[in-house]
Amino acid sequence: MSSKRKIINILNHARVYFGIGVSLAILLSILLLIIINGIQSLSFEFVFSLSAPRGFSLMPMIINTFIIVIFALVIALPLGIGAAIYLNEYAKPNSNVVKVVRACIVTLSGIPSIIYGLFGFLFYVIALGWTWSLRAGIFTVSIMILPILIRSTEDALRAIPVSYRMGSYALGAGKFHTIRKVVVPAAINGILASVILSIGRVVGETAALLLTAGTLLDMPQNLSSSGATLSVFMYLITVEHGDMQRAYATALVLMTFVLGLNLLANFIARKLKKV
Amino acid sequence: MTAFEINNVNLFYSDFQALHDVNLKVNKHEITAFIGPSGCGKSTLLRALNRMNDLIDGCRVEGEVLLNGVDIYKEMDVNVLRKRVGMVFQKPNPFPMSVYDNIAYGPRVHGIKSKPQLNEIVERCLRDAAIWDEVKDRLKKSALSLSGGQQQRLCIARSLAVQPDVLLMDEPTSALDPISTAKIEELVIQLKKQYTVVIVTHNMQQATRISDNTGFFLMGEMIEYGKTSDIFSVPSDKRTEDYITGRFG
Repeated sequence: MSSKRKIINILNHARVYFGIGVSLAILLSILLLIIINGIQSLSFEFVFSLSAPRGFSLMPMIINTFIIVIFALVIALPLGIGAAIYLNEYAKPNSNVVKVVRACIVTLSGIPSIIYGLFGFLFYVIALGWTWSLRAGIFTVSIMILPILIRSTEDALRAIPVSYRMGSYALGAGKFHTIRKVVVPAAINGILASVILSIGRVVGETAALLLTAGTLLDMPQNLSSSGATLSVFMYLITVEHGDMQRAYATALVLMTFVLGLNLLANFIARKLKKV
Repeated sequence: MTAFEINNVNLFYSDFQALHDVNLKVNKHEITAFIGPSGCGKSTLLRALNRMNDLIDGCRVEGEVLLNGVDIYKEMDVNVLRKRVGMVFQKPNPFPMSVYDNIAYGPRVHGIKSKPQLNEIVERCLRDAAIWDEVKDRLKKSALSLSGGQQQRLCIARSLAVQPDVLLMDEPTSALDPISTAKIEELVIQLKKQYTVVIVTHNMQQATRISDNTGFFLMGEMIEYGKTSDIFSVPSDKRTEDYITGRFG
C-alpha cells in the first residue's frame, strides 16, 4: 500500500470513529445524568407506594401509562396491520387510491402531536363529552401511532421475498392463507419494530395527552377517569413545581418502563416466531 | 398413459406472444424435459401447467391444457390443480420455518391436523426426497440453516407432501453445485416411479441423463418433441441440431 493510501485510510477510520464516539458520548452523558440524579431521589416509596400523598408516588402514573399503551396498541395494531396488508398485498400497486392513501399516511406521520391533541380535545373531550379521560387519551394516541404502524409493517411485508408466496401458492394455498401463515410470520420482526416505535411514541407523548387524558395524579377508577402519564407528570412537576429531583427520578422510571415494554414485545415476538 | 395434453396453446403477456401453437403430450411416470435458449418460452409453458402464470398481470392463455382429460383452465379450481401438480423452483425457496413445518405446510393447508398423520407424512416425504438422514435430528431447526442442495431437496419433499400426480421443476439445479446437482438428478429418476416429472433445464447433459422425452423450444415455438435419445442423436430439425451441437444458445 502506498503511503498516501495509508494516510487516507487512517483519516477515514478516524472520521468513522469520531462519528460513533461523539454520538455515543452524547447518549451516554444523557443516560448518566438521568441515572446519577435520578437514583438519589429514587425510593421504593416514591415508585410503588399506594398511600403516599398525591404526586409523591409514581404508581398512578405508571398504571395510567401502561393502560394507555396497551389499549392504544390493542386498537391500532390490528387496524395498522390490516391496512398494511391491504396496501401491500391486495391493492393494485400504483393505483390512484393507493397513492392518495400513502400520501395521507406519510402526512399523518409527520404531523406534530399537539395537532392530534387538539383534535382529540375537540372531538372526544368536548364533542363526545368524554371530558379528560384515559379513553379520550387512548383513542387520540391510537390515531397518532396508526401511520407508524402502517408504514413500518408495510416495509416489513415488502421485504418478504416473492418466492415464499410462490412456494405457498404452488402447494395449493390461497392468498389469505399464504399471507396469514407465511408472509406475516416472516415479517414479524419488522412488525415488532413498529410496535416498539409506537410504544416509544406513546410513552414519550405529552402534548396530545395533556389535552385529552388530563393531569389528575390519582389512581384511575376506570377508563373515564382523568389520569396523567409519566411524561405528563414530568412536565407538570418540572414546569409547575420546579422540582427537579422528582423529575429526574421520574425520568429514570420512565426509561426503565420503556426498556421493560421493549423486552416484553421482544419476548412476545419470539414466542410468535416458531423457529 | 397421458398426464398432460396440451392442445394449440398460445400464451400472451399483454401484447407479447410468448407461446405459439404448442401441442404436446406428457406421459405418466416419465420424465419430460423442456430445453431451449433463454426466453424461448420453456418456463412459461411449465408455469402454464399449474397456472402460476395467473399471478402475472396481463397474462392470457388460449387453447386447452388437459390433466387426465380435464381442462385445467375451465373445469378445475386452481388450488385443487396446484395440489395435484406440484412445483419446484429455480432457487430453493423453503419457508422461514422449521424443517418439519415446511413439509407439514401443504398437508395443513389441505386440512390435515392430526399430529401422528403429519409426523408420518413428514418422515415419508423426507425419505422420498433422500434427505431424511441429513435432517432427522434437526426437524425443529430452521430450514434456512440447511445448505442450498439440502434446501432444494427439502422443497422437493415439501411438494411431495400434498401427494401430487405431477411434479414440475423449473431449472431445479441451476443454483446448485455439481455434487448437489447429481443428488437431485438421482432423486428425480427415483421419483418417476411414483410421479410424472416435467423439468425445464438449461443443461443439455442433464436432459440426456435423466429425461425420457425432450421438447426443444425456440422463440415461443416448440420445434421438436420426441424421445430424448432420438432428439439428441437424430434430430429431425436443423435448428434442434444447431442448438444441441452448441452452435447457438
